Amino acid sequence: MTQYVLQQIVNALSAGSLYALMAVGLAMVFGILRLINFAHGDLMMIAAYVAVFTLGAGLPLAAAIVVIVVGTVVVGLLMERIAYRPLRGAPDVALLLTSFAVGQILQNGVLLITRLAGLPVQIAFPSPELLSGVVTVGAFTVPKVNIVSFVAGVVLLGLLSFFVTRTTLGLSMRASAEDLVAARLMGINVNRVVAAAFAIGSALAAVAGLLFAIQAGQINPYIGLTPVLKAFVAAVIGGFGSIAGAVLGGYVLGLLEVLPTALPGIGDILPPGSVPPEVRLALQQWLPSSLASWRDAFVFIVLIVMLLVRPYGILGKPEREETL
Amino acid sequence: MTTARRLAGPGVAIVALAVAFALLDASRQAFWQGLVINLAIFVILTVSLNLSSGFTGVFSLGHIGFMAIGAYAAAILTLPFREKALYLRDLPGWLAGVHLDQRAGPIPVGFLAATLIAATLAAAIAWLVGRVLMRLSGHFVALATLGFLVIVRVFLFNADSLTRGSRTFSNVTPYTNLWWVGVWALVVVYVAWRLKRSPYGRDMFAQRDDRLAAQAIGIRVLDPRLLAFVIGAFFAGVAGALYGHFITSFSPTVFYFDLTFRVITMLVIGGMGSVSGSVIGAALIITLSELLRRIEDATLLYGLSAIVLAGIFILIITFRRDGLFGQREVPIDRLFDPALWSRVRLPWGRRRRRAAASAGEPLPPGSGPDG
Repeated sequence: MTQYVLQQIVNALSAGSLYALMAVGLAMVFGILRLINFAHGDLMMIAAYVAVFTLGAGLPLAAAIVVIVVGTVVVGLLMERIAYRPLRGAPDVALLLTSFAVGQILQNGVLLITRLAGLPVQIAFPSPELLSGVVTVGAFTVPKVNIVSFVAGVVLLGLLSFFVTRTTLGLSMRASAEDLVAARLMGINVNRVVAAAFAIGSALAAVAGLLFAIQAGQINPYIGLTPVLKAFVAAVIGGFGSIAGAVLGGYVLGLLEVLPTALPGIGDILPPGSVPPEVRLALQQWLPSSLASWRDAFVFIVLIVMLLVRPYGILGKPEREETL
Repeated sequence: MTTARRLAGPGVAIVALAVAFALLDASRQAFWQGLVINLAIFVILTVSLNLSSGFTGVFSLGHIGFMAIGAYAAAILTLPFREKALYLRDLPGWLAGVHLDQRAGPIPVGFLAATLIAATLAAAIAWLVGRVLMRLSGHFVALATLGFLVIVRVFLFNADSLTRGSRTFSNVTPYTNLWWVGVWALVVVYVAWRLKRSPYGRDMFAQRDDRLAAQAIGIRVLDPRLLAFVIGAFFAGVAGALYGHFITSFSPTVFYFDLTFRVITMLVIGGMGSVSGSVIGAALIITLSELLRRIEDATLLYGLSAIVLAGIFILIITFRRDGLFGQREVPIDRLFDPALWSRVRLPWGRRRRRAAASAGEPLPPGSGPDG
């Protein structure tokens, strides 16, 4: 019983870390530019593909990680420079739709390149030795990558929090998110701040992409889609545009996702004799394990409810003109 | 302008289209017929998305969700008895007995009924969802409708007994032909055109352009948004029903982001708020992607066409955000109005006209540099 609960908590925390890493990147960019960057998930995908080529070429893990992160950051910066900078100040929806288009270009670009390289659409991911397999503590087994995800999430988000509170660039970033015009009047170089936001977001997405690919075991050009949708939800739950909110939202989402899979277990894990058999049966029937396949629908219902009830999220501040 | 004169333009256009369709129908050119059917279905999709998003400014990313509902609902309804027993064994009792495959002479009335029922179902769901979602604005509504699209997809994947889940829904009778799509496309264009100039349509545009000003003069914001959303969903359902009976086998993956993005591209290129723009946008993108597909097939550079289309989309949204037409229309109802033509200044006719006017001579008809 305790083992089961612990298992689920580790799952929740590891998934939550990945969502938080993604959501933070979305939130930083959204906070400054009001851009919902749909192509953020494709940065994860790019990272996974760079990983296939570097790890596949036999590069040691540390070197490979450097190449993966640098490669993804370059793509992220190019994306901002080419597609988004000319659109500064455009209506929200124009920005959102442009990011859709950027995503299409990245996905199909990767598709094109893999075809030219003679690779299939679906590639098995060459997981590094160090990060594959399981850890056994007593009667308790977790995949190594889940623990690494959690630790990486906490460490990177800690570094990020140091950056945004203790460095000049971090402070200018927060100032720009607060009020872009005022920040510019105070002499903050907005282009630099935006580029920094994209660079940091891309680096975090690169780490998330690597971990996600290890968990999934295989990759294709479209793997970024579901994680970015989840990261949207995480960012909305926490309060879109707030970095702390995105982190919180990521972990809340991780827990929410584990819930429907964990709940049907309750009927089974209750100590025998503690509840009448009818109750146990009812629990099993009301929450059948097939509920797990409805998980994504559940997550998006949470998103819609959140948007309606508290569109500014748990940690966000109410803004004018969001709902009627 | 007299009514007869106003109707002359659309009348001529419809007759010309009907003749073209009849010729195409008789020609047995399966490729061109398929292309035109595809085009008409995308015209229905784009015009209906324009109605629900362009007219009101409430951008919906869930339009294809309504199309999916239409496609599945209509296909379940028209599937003949024998196929139902074979492929949809677990259909609930009240549905299992329904098979709208009746014909009245050459006309499959069952298909028409199924299309209408499926579209009404889509509209009813849109009403329920819209009552809640239309309160949101800007990117929040885009995110929420995106959520709707994901929820529809998860439902289609999991409602095994209705949709066969992730397996292909096949053996749909190929009812869709040139005439069905042609007539439905005309209907949606007519409805959008009339709506745009009706008081309801003016409300939609008013609250889009300046919500506070609209509210200040007593225009409701929610009602026009909801009306547009529901009508848009109805026609998305129609498009789904037609599409399902055209491709005859499909799975939930068909109705997702690729299709969503394709329709949005058509809409934005034509101009949000312009019905003629949507028709022309759909025609341009269909033609272009057909050309690109051939290049892809010849060069084996798969993915190229999507990259080019997305690139064009970014260029349009960066340099000409209102698309080709903005919210203007091709003045098809004034084609036979002399007042329209007297104001038209063709670039190559300008100097000659001015010269003629200053010399006080009457302008010869059809004059141009070569004429």
